[in-house]
Amino acid sequence: MKRLLLWLPLAVFLAFIVTVAIGLRKPAESPIRSQMIGKAMPDFALKAAVASHPPLAAADLRRGRPRLVNVFASWCVPCKAEAPQLMALKRRGVPIDGVAIRDRSEDVARFLAEWGDPFERIGADPASRVQFALGSSGVPETFVVDGKGVIRHQHIGDIRPENVAEILAAYEAAK
Amino acid sequence: MSRSRHSGDLLRHSRESGNPASFPSSAARKKRDSRFRGSDGFRLLLASLLIPSSAPAFGQSALPPARYAYAQLPDPRQEAEAKALMETLRCLVCQGQSIADSDADMAGDMRALVRERIAAGEKPEAIRSWLIERYGAWVSYKPPVEPLTWLLWAAPVVLVALGLYLARGRFRRKPR
Repeated sequence: MKRLLLWLPLAVFLAFIVTVAIGLRKPAESPIRSQMIGKAMPDFALKAAVASHPPLAAADLRRGRPRLVNVFASWCVPCKAEAPQLMALKRRGVPIDGVAIRDRSEDVARFLAEWGDPFERIGADPASRVQFALGSSGVPETFVVDGKGVIRHQHIGDIRPENVAEILAAYEAAK
Repeated sequence: MSRSRHSGDLLRHSRESGNPASFPSSAARKKRDSRFRGSDGFRLLLASLLIPSSAPAFGQSALPPARYAYAQLPDPRQEAEAKALMETLRCLVCQGQSIADSDADMAGDMRALVRERIAAGEKPEAIRSWLIERYGAWVSYKPPVEPLTWLLWAAPVVLVALGLYLARGRFRRKPR
């Protein structure tokens, strides 16, 4: 028993080395999912990001119909990549609102003109406050909010063509 | 996963974008410039390759940093409280750094959030739990005591006890 016990420190040390080795092989960054899924949309009232669109408030997201809230920025390259997919969702009749993170009005206007405009309302979030309140950790992210203003689904990163079905399904499920 | 992280972490960023030429250090750039003594046209071409041409490609916002991202609070006691909290909050876009250490836009915005809330009289632990509610315990460098982390908190005590138990025989047998 005692003899066996003497090997314990070495065993613990080897276990430590194995744990570290496994940890090193994993990708350094992992997406941080919002803990707000299933919770009510936090209260906010943002100013309009561009003159062409009305502003966005939390109250606009509990009007009985589910909606998508797309957290984006004109300076974000993957946001351009997902633009066609957002347009496709819009054509399918999905209402989409935008939250523009740390953006200038003229840049948002240029972004919409160049990459398409799927949005009904766009709120300006110049200090990332609504982003923090949503538990969002980057751009782009897309949230599905049901008619009562409860967050139902979060998509992290750009919406690829193969993600459209999944988002549509989450939207239908939120009805 | 491709997504823009408003990151100031250049090393990680250039690795992510797979473009090692995008952000050479100024020293490296100087070295390279002095090595190539070609025509002006060649130098211009070289410079255009080395100097990033458009800011958006690097996922940094054009907006200036928030007021309290880099400015301290006027009240030194509040600033000390804010600083202590910021050092234990994890940056979301440059994982592995605290928001106090990061130059990412998002970390700056989070510092501004912390300072403004502290200035408004909120307790640091209340701000921490507000963030944990949204991002999970991951966002805090101070792990909560919960079943999942019991082992973590108990490990030092257990290891010292085990060490004492193993060394016990040696102490006893020490000749006088």
